[in-house]
Amino acid sequence: MTHNRNFSAWFLMLPALVLLFGFTYLPTIKTLWYSFFVNVPGVQPQASLDNYRYLFDDEVLWQVLKNNIIYTAITVPTSIILALLMALWVNAKLRGRGILRLAYFTPTILPMIAVANIWLFFYSPEIGLLNQLLAFFGYDGYNWLGDPNLALYSLMAMTVWKEAGFFMIFYLAALQNINTTLYQACAIEGAGRCYQFRRVVFPLLMPTTLFVLVNAVLNAFKLVDHLFILTKGGPNNASNLLLYYIYETAFSFLDNSYAAVLTVVMLLILLVLAVVQFGVLEKRVHYR
Amino acid sequence: MLKKLILGGIIATGLQLAHAATQLTMYYPVAVGGPLTKVVDGLVADFEAAYPDINVQAIYAGNYNDARVKALAALKSGEPAQLSVMFSIDLHELRDLDAIIAFDDVVETDEERAWLNGFYPALMENSQADGKTWGIPFQRSTIVMYYNKDLFKAAGLDPETPPQTWDDLVRMGKQLTKADGSQWGVMIPSTGYPYWMFGALAKQNGEVLMNQAGNETYFNQPAVIEALQYWQSLGAEHKIMPQGAIEWGTLRQNFLDQKTAIMWHSTGNLTAVKDNASFDFGMAMLPKNKEYGSPTGGGNFYLFKQSTPEERRAALTFIRYMTSPEQAAQWSIATGYMGVSPEAYETKALQGYVQDFSPAAVARDQLEYATAELATHQAGRVRKLLDDAIQATLTGQQNAQEALNAAQKQADRVLKPYQ
Repeated sequence: MTHNRNFSAWFLMLPALVLLFGFTYLPTIKTLWYSFFVNVPGVQPQASLDNYRYLFDDEVLWQVLKNNIIYTAITVPTSIILALLMALWVNAKLRGRGILRLAYFTPTILPMIAVANIWLFFYSPEIGLLNQLLAFFGYDGYNWLGDPNLALYSLMAMTVWKEAGFFMIFYLAALQNINTTLYQACAIEGAGRCYQFRRVVFPLLMPTTLFVLVNAVLNAFKLVDHLFILTKGGPNNASNLLLYYIYETAFSFLDNSYAAVLTVVMLLILLVLAVVQFGVLEKRVHYR
Repeated sequence: MLKKLILGGIIATGLQLAHAATQLTMYYPVAVGGPLTKVVDGLVADFEAAYPDINVQAIYAGNYNDARVKALAALKSGEPAQLSVMFSIDLHELRDLDAIIAFDDVVETDEERAWLNGFYPALMENSQADGKTWGIPFQRSTIVMYYNKDLFKAAGLDPETPPQTWDDLVRMGKQLTKADGSQWGVMIPSTGYPYWMFGALAKQNGEVLMNQAGNETYFNQPAVIEALQYWQSLGAEHKIMPQGAIEWGTLRQNFLDQKTAIMWHSTGNLTAVKDNASFDFGMAMLPKNKEYGSPTGGGNFYLFKQSTPEERRAALTFIRYMTSPEQAAQWSIATGYMGVSPEAYETKALQGYVQDFSPAAVARDQLEYATAELATHQAGRVRKLLDDAIQATLTGQQNAQEALNAAQKQADRVLKPYQ
């Protein structure tokens, strides 16, 4: 009987397991395998650790890692805080709430490539919206995407704009799930709004925050669509990110083996982040 | 029963038809704005009407990089693709990947061999290697100088005399630049294809960027360094060009909005500029320092190795049709890309067009001074090294000498296995 049930359980899980293995584990293993070869077009492939050695000399890699850290450290908290503020606002009783919610959510439903094409013209130094606004107030404009000191931050601004609305939806749902009796209890106890937020609302939002945080961090590494349109990682790698560099290495440089090594680096980073997020943070999250 | 029979009959005829017609799949890129996909689709439809036994599925695949990625991915996954338009400078890499075959191995008759020799020699520099022809010129261009005649007049300059030397460009550029930043003298794009623009400056200074075999680069030759110093000086010293990177994709709009009096861009933009300019504009060869010069650019037809002999013959028929003088003329008029052979410019259509609209001849005339576009083994990586060096210099992060020395050192490392 147990044997039978075991069998049907495994049988039912089979499709999911096959997909998981085929699209997640197999590629991971293959990537690891490829990373131990040097394989570029026109040269006989050979097993070698040269690509791993090159990691340490690869200045572009260090630049993209630095960029990715800055990018994550700024876009993740900013978009989460903004999302929370927006959610608190559109959760309150106010007129035109539906329209406001829609407005905040609109960036999310637009495809990243389309958004980037629009922002390309916002950022354009001569004809762009941003510089025309600045000129109206009598300021000189900036070369938003062409200045290595600004390019990465210009990308971040767009990312935050795009992401915050999406995270707002999760916070909004969580806020509406909070039992209203808690607010009444707060009122009876004479707790102020700040105190109520700090001690009641925010702790109850922690599971959502963790979920949003995990997603935001993953997106900071995963989402590079806008780079294709806006800067292609330039000028001089000032706005290059790890995944875009991997794409370039694999498909523009046609160097699959070094791309595999870079992918291993990325997997390790994500692994460490996952351990931190689920191992450490989850213990501090209140689920009920 | 009757229904089944009819259905069976339909399927059988369908199969027969499918069997009789050769199916070809082709990927093609569009690197400049404008409705070029429609033009290509129109040419393909005309071809199918003229050759009913060949079906061509033409798939628009983004810019040059995307087109290569998609075509190679399709081949790897077993999807059929017999031919594609791809970057002319992908030549060495496509050969390294063993993806393409030489046209010399497909042509059979003397007439076909004569066709192979009918293109402008400058366009063949990026199409030939080891004495064989691997690419057939199709959407080919050079860089040209577009200038705004109205702004020239307003600045007290003769609108029929565009700058002809580097010094002219600086001198006139200063007259054309407004101090409040509302109008610049010149813009040379430094994103997208910076190495291409730079190839022009280097050639004008008497130097090329690589050897024909594509396994050596000359990034830190003194004349090359000087060329980059000149480019940088336009913004940093003479203030006639904005500092920092100038975006390839929005530059045409800048020119159309009269934010710059001069732009360097592909001839492939000519028709789009002509249709949208609200002012009188001119087109001229790029200015010279030691000599005139521009690299050629753009896409070639390639034949993939993974194809049957019949498919290769059918593909050859298609490519011959697309590059025949009449079609080449039609393509050139619709886009601004060059007519790829001298015969194309002898057609009535193109002759008439050039007579009425002289800019259409500039790219052809400049061919005399043209050189190959940067093409090496591991081209993507080598290009990127040079692009980074150019951008680092133009944005003031490094000086030209340091940046190009570093790029050359890296390129040497990458190209060593091919020497």
